[in-house]
Amino acid sequence: MVQKIDLDHSRFRDIVRGSIRKDLRRHIANGSLMARRGDKTVSIPMPRIQLPRFKYGTNQGGGVGQGDGEPGDPVDGEQEGEGQGEAGDQAGEHELEVEVTLEELAKILGEELELPNIQPKGKRQVTSEINKYTGIRRTGPGSLRHIKRTFKRALKREIASGNFENNGGIVIPTPDDMRYRSWDPKTVPQSSAAIIYMMDVSGSMGDEQKEIVRIEAFWIDTWLKSQYRQIETRYIVHDAEAKEVDQHTFFHLRESGGTKISSAYELCDAMIDQHYPPEEWNIYPFHFSDGDNWSGGDTARCLTLLREQLLPKSNVFCYGQVRSTYGSGQFKNDLDNAFNDNEDVITSDIPDKDGIMDSIKMFLGAGR
Amino acid sequence: MTLPLELAKLQNRIREVAASYKLDFFETVFEMVSWEEMNTIAAYDGFPVRYPHWRFGMSYDQISKNYSWGLSKIYELVINNDPCYAYLLYGNKLVDQKLVMAHVYAHCDFFKNNLWFAPTNRRMVDQLASHSMRIERHVRKEGRDEVEQFLDACLSLENLIDIYAPYSPPRKVEDGEPAPRDVIRFEAKAYMDPFINPPEFIEEQRVQLEEERRQPEAFPRRPERDVMLFLMEHAPLREWQRDVLAMIRDEAYYFAPQRLTKVMNEGWASYWHSRMMTEKLLEPSELIDFAERHAGAMAMQPGQVNPYKLGIELFRAIEDRWNKGRFGKEYEDCDDLETKRRWDTGLRQGRDKIFEVRRIYNDVTFVDEFLTPEFCDEQKLFTYDYNPKTGRREINGRDYRDVKDRMLRSLANGGQPVIEVTEGNFRNRGELVLTHRHDGEDLDLAHARGTMEHLHHLWTRPVHIETMVEDRPRRMSYDGESHELADL
Repeated sequence: MVQKIDLDHSRFRDIVRGSIRKDLRRHIANGSLMARRGDKTVSIPMPRIQLPRFKYGTNQGGGVGQGDGEPGDPVDGEQEGEGQGEAGDQAGEHELEVEVTLEELAKILGEELELPNIQPKGKRQVTSEINKYTGIRRTGPGSLRHIKRTFKRALKREIASGNFENNGGIVIPTPDDMRYRSWDPKTVPQSSAAIIYMMDVSGSMGDEQKEIVRIEAFWIDTWLKSQYRQIETRYIVHDAEAKEVDQHTFFHLRESGGTKISSAYELCDAMIDQHYPPEEWNIYPFHFSDGDNWSGGDTARCLTLLREQLLPKSNVFCYGQVRSTYGSGQFKNDLDNAFNDNEDVITSDIPDKDGIMDSIKMFLGAGR
Repeated sequence: MTLPLELAKLQNRIREVAASYKLDFFETVFEMVSWEEMNTIAAYDGFPVRYPHWRFGMSYDQISKNYSWGLSKIYELVINNDPCYAYLLYGNKLVDQKLVMAHVYAHCDFFKNNLWFAPTNRRMVDQLASHSMRIERHVRKEGRDEVEQFLDACLSLENLIDIYAPYSPPRKVEDGEPAPRDVIRFEAKAYMDPFINPPEFIEEQRVQLEEERRQPEAFPRRPERDVMLFLMEHAPLREWQRDVLAMIRDEAYYFAPQRLTKVMNEGWASYWHSRMMTEKLLEPSELIDFAERHAGAMAMQPGQVNPYKLGIELFRAIEDRWNKGRFGKEYEDCDDLETKRRWDTGLRQGRDKIFEVRRIYNDVTFVDEFLTPEFCDEQKLFTYDYNPKTGRREINGRDYRDVKDRMLRSLANGGQPVIEVTEGNFRNRGELVLTHRHDGEDLDLAHARGTMEHLHHLWTRPVHIETMVEDRPRRMSYDGESHELADL
């Protein structure tokens, strides 16, 4: 039976989704969702969904409390009392926060940006077989015995035969009562993807620019995760030299010095060769920089690396150019000129946080 | 699910114990529910059936989340109805079930006997089921979105009722035209008439009266606090809309007394569960569990007053004072502390007094009358303020007058701002003006703007509310397209 509350609840979830969708650009631009990210869910504050009322403003005027303390002592302790909840009273009082799974969020992003589903390349569609427990049967190994079902059968039998009262409530299962889990083999497409983020951390990339990269990476992750069963993410930073780092370092490291982009591409290429054979992996290199490179010579080297190594191995290569005060932005022009007719290279210019959404659409809109 | 035998026996026993203390309650039906059902019922404010609306889904979302995170668990849920319905959580310990039943019987006694509940509908379960059917019928006829939008608007105005109206004599229906008045002439003999009724004066009066008649009459004639009623009577609504608005208003009036007596109601129930458990019901082995549960309910959180705690302590203080005769002029005037501390006239009227209090008081009068300086001191009450320099809320002081003043302020009008319709034909263009009787605290402006939009949905002409913003009289307006905030 569908409970009535389920209808109200799903209507509420619809409203939440609608509201996130409507405000998606704002949510993306201010990056507020990332701070509230859990393993599988994001918690989103939604003050606007609540029904407005004529009511008093936030209680900054003060109030009455109870307990020890001298004038001037703070009253906001951290301890949470054991709440004895009451119906209806509480829901409206706090700021409303709603949990949304990353999957749902990806779906909203996909709908709003009209992102096509990714078609993994044909040769990479490897399938694998896994076993799923799907039912119950009457024979099986002891290790798969379903205790609850077994007990239920036994209890039913005992009650039906009138033994239950006589035995004083002791239930003894007979072999006939035994129930076991059974399984079905299932084939699932095994599509895995590797995302390799590269970022220029030379002196000209400031905190503002890194924040943009961080937000963009969050949304790219969210989307690609909804498309692939398994995702691996690697991070490379470079100035004149490139090295692999963990996620935290990637977003917080601040180096100074020159910029040699080819160093990053070389490392990326090595990484692919070592860990991600292109026959089994969908590979997504993303590179973010402010567009300055050391020299024309190095740029030429980058183009060769891309054409001969990275592009044949990757699904798509994305370059995001974050505008900064110091960067000349030349590298994007060079890429655009060199790969004018190659749709495996996507470049985008990100002037500020409001540009993130359009950039994501550019990168992921191709559906590869 | 009906109660298992063991609990049914327990219920009988607790009912007898409660009756032996002279508690007088509606018959009470307990239902066993799983936590999922409990969360659902709680989302519906305790009722099995409510009209379809997403706000119940929202409550359910929050309640379930809090439950699964272990933040809060609903122990007791009881509704004011004859018979009362209450719910027991399947799988709770026996001692918890006892505690809940004892607590619930005291609530039922309060529902039945407190005067502020007297006008409430005691067949609300049926009433709400019928509301649900009526609204579903409108949904089928008018479409879900249409009805939902209108419900949103009505619910947004839910607190704009006159919560004290049910306790006043019913309003006289105002008749249409006032009797045409004439200039008053005193009786006089013909030859005296020009002196007693001088023609110039009569003429002057006549002109003035004419002038008054030409002025349009105030509408509404007196400010109307029941904004929902005013809208029902005067907003250009369709039949089904009027029906929906009327239902939401009925429900608002049904729930209002619970806001008016929160402290007393919880205090009364806690007082009695505590007495019944410790004097009659508790097995020695259950003591620790009971103590933990009781302490949890009485726990104080920084920065707020727990109504359970405040209520139970006030009832205990009242009982103690009337047992020892610590009231009246003689006691008040006594300024020897030692005598006061040992004051006991052997009056022994405590029990009678608390029953009288539970019958005729509400939270405002309860706190006003019984929150004494001694009580304030014993309970360590304090006032606090927000300190913008440190960004913290800090203890202000422990002055009795201050504490009481602030507490009463937060309880007055059920904690809601007082808002009236003052003008239904503003600028002679059918615009609506509400007036907020500002008492020191500003309205939440973002919420107010949203509410104005909903109000406009009903009224369809521009709407205004006069209030104070940061100590300046201001008028907020919404004309269907944009908001405006102007000085008055």
